[in-house]
Amino acid sequence: MSDVVIVGFGQTTVGEHWDTDLRKLSYQAIDAAIKDAGGLRPQALYVGNMLAATLSKQAHLGPLLADYAGLTGIEAVTIEAAGASSAAALRAGYLAVKSGQLDTVLILGIEKFSDKIGSGFDEALATTSDSDYEAVQGLTPVAQAALLMKRYMHENEVPADGFAGFALTAHANGAGNKNAMFQKAIKPELYAKGGMVSEPINIFDVAPHADGAAALVLARRELLPSNGPNPLIKIAGSASASDTLALHDRKDMLFFEAAHQSAGKAINQAEISLDQINLFEYHDVFSIYAALSLESVGFATRGQGWKLAADGGIARDGKIPCATMGGLKARGFPGGASGAYQAIEAAQQLRGGAEANQIEDPEYALIQSLGGPASTAVTHVLQRLD
Amino acid sequence: MEIPRHWRLKQQRYRLVGEVCQHCESKIFPPRDICPECGGEADTLYTFSGNGEVYSYTTVHEGPAGYDDSTPYTVALVKLDEGPTVTAQLTDVDEDSLQIGMPVEMVTRKLKNDGDERGMIVYGYKFRPRMAVA
Ligand SMILES: [Zn+2]
Repeated sequence: MSDVVIVGFGQTTVGEHWDTDLRKLSYQAIDAAIKDAGGLRPQALYVGNMLAATLSKQAHLGPLLADYAGLTGIEAVTIEAAGASSAAALRAGYLAVKSGQLDTVLILGIEKFSDKIGSGFDEALATTSDSDYEAVQGLTPVAQAALLMKRYMHENEVPADGFAGFALTAHANGAGNKNAMFQKAIKPELYAKGGMVSEPINIFDVAPHADGAAALVLARRELLPSNGPNPLIKIAGSASASDTLALHDRKDMLFFEAAHQSAGKAINQAEISLDQINLFEYHDVFSIYAALSLESVGFATRGQGWKLAADGGIARDGKIPCATMGGLKARGFPGGASGAYQAIEAAQQLRGGAEANQIEDPEYALIQSLGGPASTAVTHVLQRLD
Repeated sequence: MEIPRHWRLKQQRYRLVGEVCQHCESKIFPPRDICPECGGEADTLYTFSGNGEVYSYTTVHEGPAGYDDSTPYTVALVKLDEGPTVTAQLTDVDEDSLQIGMPVEMVTRKLKNDGDERGMIVYGYKFRPRMAVA
């Protein structure tokens, strides 16, 4: 079967786009991606979005956004998997091209969080958990992450500032990403002074909610000229797995089984081993998720993920560079669009276009996007083709 | 307003009614059609004792709509004596005495206001520190 490659991509800055609505923000990313792909016209649009139906009172994004982008008539549907929505859309696009059904697909991640503010926003966010048995108790995603982090710290005897490495690394990398919401490095003292959100989670353990749109053009490799302007990026592995929606239904809450399963499959499919991976874009919406992802994928042993971050192992010159463009923590967390941002950031690294944040000569990138506490985990391996 | 939905769940919310698997005797909460332990069909009701211990806990300072009047409140993962874990608020609890492993028992309390100020009030389980046996 033929290879599926990323031919072009485009992204908006991540932040509060008060003046730009859902459709316009989407178009900015789509337009940039299609131009980057040399004007290639996609046969389908797969939209990854989490909450537009609630926050913007707008469902049925496929036709709206395809039409607005001048692509009226093409296949256009939305795929929803909470925070993993656009990663799931990327996988759908990969499968469509890999199967031979389509030659070119456009993937769009879009989230317009700022369309609703206050407790209504928190209510909407909580709908991604188990409504009858989690959200009804007043549980929010950040409180749930706090429950995990507290237990993790209790079992593994983590000191109070043990998780600082995740935020410090993310912010150091955000400083080199002109699309990031936060572009300033922070010092350990600042982390230690961070206000508590839900104990033990402080503001630096939480990725900021933001608006953003990011798009990628996928195509079958044979269709492309071998002498294009940009190095081609192959999707060498793609896998998705699910776990219980409710965290409390798991026998072992401190291991992200779906993250483990999907990463294992994607890496096997790429026919590589973990130590061949040059960078890892993880879903650090909370620093405890980053720690559990490192452990579940296998970069750290159980209970030791926080140490890898504390010891500089996830820095750009570390054992496994993570959040190389700032991650969700510093680039910002545009909900269901996060997975598309991760894919673009990994592709920037593989193309050699990450500027100040460039990792030295990377060949393989692992990207993993989570919905909820890894109730969905979508993992891709991207490979630079020379 | 979501009256039918809350009505449907009243056995679970007021009395912790789950199931016991006829095949492997696992206790299941909330009830589901397939036993998560053995994959067999589950349909025999079982009322939980309401006793358990705190697996983890935290405080919510900014609540979602319907809960924002009750902040700050404590939510916990409570491991029930019979096996399953539930997410629930803790009540009648002194923050400073709270710790992982603390024995708790189920009580019924107001969970949220559904809808506007004239809306239905949703009641359900919360947990409080278990009274020492004299
Ligand atoms: Zn059973």
